[in-house]
Amino acid sequence: MGTNKQADGMFGAKGTGDTSGYGGLVRQAVNFGSSERPYGSYFDEVADDLERAYPEFSEAIERVVVDRGELTLHVKREKLVEVAFILRDKLKFEMCMGVNGVHYPEQTGREMHAVYPLLSLTKNQRIRLEVSVPDGDAHIPSVVEVWAGNNWHERETFDMFGIIFDGHPGLTRILMPDDWEGHPQRKDYSLGGIAVEYKGATTPPPSERRSYK
Amino acid sequence: MTTFDPYAPSRETTEGKVFSVTGGDWDALVQDIGATKEERVVVNMGPQHPSTHGVLRLVLELEGETITEARAGIGYLHTGIEKNMEYRSWTQGTTFVTRMDYLGPLHNETAYCLAVEKLLGITNDIPERASVIRVMMMELNRISSHMVALGTGALELGAISPMFFAFRERETVLEIFEMITGLRMNMAYIRPGGVQQDLPDGALTKIRDSVKLMRKNFKENATLLIGNSIWMKRTQGIGYLDLAGCTTLGVTGPVLRSTGLPWDLRKLQPYCGYENYNFDVVTADTCDVYGRFLIRMNELEQSLRIIEQCVDKLEKLEGAPVMVADKKIAWPAQLALGGDGLGNSLDHIRQIMGTSMESLIHHFKLVTEGFHVPAGQVYVAIESPRGELGASIVSDGGTKPYRVHFREPSFNNLQATAAMSEGGMVADIIGAVASIDPVMGGVDR
Repeated sequence: MGTNKQADGMFGAKGTGDTSGYGGLVRQAVNFGSSERPYGSYFDEVADDLERAYPEFSEAIERVVVDRGELTLHVKREKLVEVAFILRDKLKFEMCMGVNGVHYPEQTGREMHAVYPLLSLTKNQRIRLEVSVPDGDAHIPSVVEVWAGNNWHERETFDMFGIIFDGHPGLTRILMPDDWEGHPQRKDYSLGGIAVEYKGATTPPPSERRSYK
Repeated sequence: MTTFDPYAPSRETTEGKVFSVTGGDWDALVQDIGATKEERVVVNMGPQHPSTHGVLRLVLELEGETITEARAGIGYLHTGIEKNMEYRSWTQGTTFVTRMDYLGPLHNETAYCLAVEKLLGITNDIPERASVIRVMMMELNRISSHMVALGTGALELGAISPMFFAFRERETVLEIFEMITGLRMNMAYIRPGGVQQDLPDGALTKIRDSVKLMRKNFKENATLLIGNSIWMKRTQGIGYLDLAGCTTLGVTGPVLRSTGLPWDLRKLQPYCGYENYNFDVVTADTCDVYGRFLIRMNELEQSLRIIEQCVDKLEKLEGAPVMVADKKIAWPAQLALGGDGLGNSLDHIRQIMGTSMESLIHHFKLVTEGFHVPAGQVYVAIESPRGELGASIVSDGGTKPYRVHFREPSFNNLQATAAMSEGGMVADIIGAVASIDPVMGGVDR
């Protein structure tokens, strides 16, 4: 199957022959790169249609990523709502399946990502929008006026990541209690938990257990 | 008039007078409310209320018996599943996701595993027998989930008998689950790469018999509801939401299909080989609670049809593998029934402990570390009993997920409560919420 090709040795062991796999609590940096045309599948058609319908395409779309048969358009936050309206009205992406955050602490200046999976009922197609903003200025315009169903999804992303969706009709916490401090899904928010002792041996909480690179 | 009422004590707040109603004699309460000039009453329903489908809180603003504003409060069952998964291996993740929407555990597991497999690039390497078992288990699960929706939906509208019959049918399905996976719920049966273990002897015979029994019972059960004039009156024309409402609110599943749009991912974006089965997408054109329940009733028959086709296929695939061939991903040991119950296969233990040091190392590494998943981001959606269940997963190339997010249909569809019930009678919000069929474990995750 050869699915672990980028790993060097057995089970991803690198450098020394140490196969204990102990990698401390180090996280690898993630970078998905960008793709060049032709994108394949219906993605070229989507990109062409959007370019035709939206003159500022090259300015608004930072990069295009095609990976594992999925198209991601990285949109500048200032242009998000404009692009969203055109995708909904001209390209028939009638449904937004929500938004979810991803926190990449090592991507300086663009730590917080918001990911919007879109669905077209008319054309039976899926694409994805991604907006990245700096941690210190985590503001993204709300798309609730475009897709009303994103209301709770944006509240959840705010609750979990602290991303502020400007223009949202009522951006409050939704899953955590109102007086909760911090945003639990951020990478700098510890999972917590307590060590468990049993017959003299101690098992640390999951967030402090060894991690394998 | 201000005598103390043990069932409805009142207190003054900055928001006005607040009554805490605990049931019993409401005479004093009604009198007190009647004495105030204001027509507007804010009623807090839940989070512990028998008609709210779990720990759902509804804040209703009423004028008389008409709802002017309805707001849903959620989060009472938030368990941090998505966060926890970032600290466990990819295989352990199944054990978490199965507990989200606890009425559709196999759908959660399948959505998650399909996403992990897509990241691994092994989607086409999943053995056919494993995919057929997945489809069969999901359709059985759809039946058990729809039985709860129909049974509790009727119960909340005051019809008690249908609930007993619905749960009897659900029990039939749960017995099959117990026989195949060892558990009735939260089974963590579907794993990245295939399924945990093959079907036990006699499972297919039992399923065939159960399908016959259920087909007969479903027809009888349907008449309990369709023939009940009270149930008909309390569902027809209630909780209206049309196609435009559904698309803007992102609503999928039976609620979307009740607007007449045959949107079913099993047909339109097939996964697990659904394109190889004959079944119909059930729709209704009433946009109301009645249509949604009718869809669920008719989907039962379609699920039975798919299950029968699965059993036929599985008989031909007897002995075929149920886990991907790649030993770097496949779980090393199968379970076996021993004298003291189900446990690790003794043959496997004999091999790793007695004959092959490499097998032991392999087993140990795979179970403790897990496998690496190449970096990337995917979104995989399947048709769960409640609508589009999407798994959004990011991998950084490690042995644990970097970020897992579930686009839960219950979470999304519950937003439609206000659109369905505002302007209607307070009693009808019960039917409207029941027709969405939210499962709070999935809503809050």
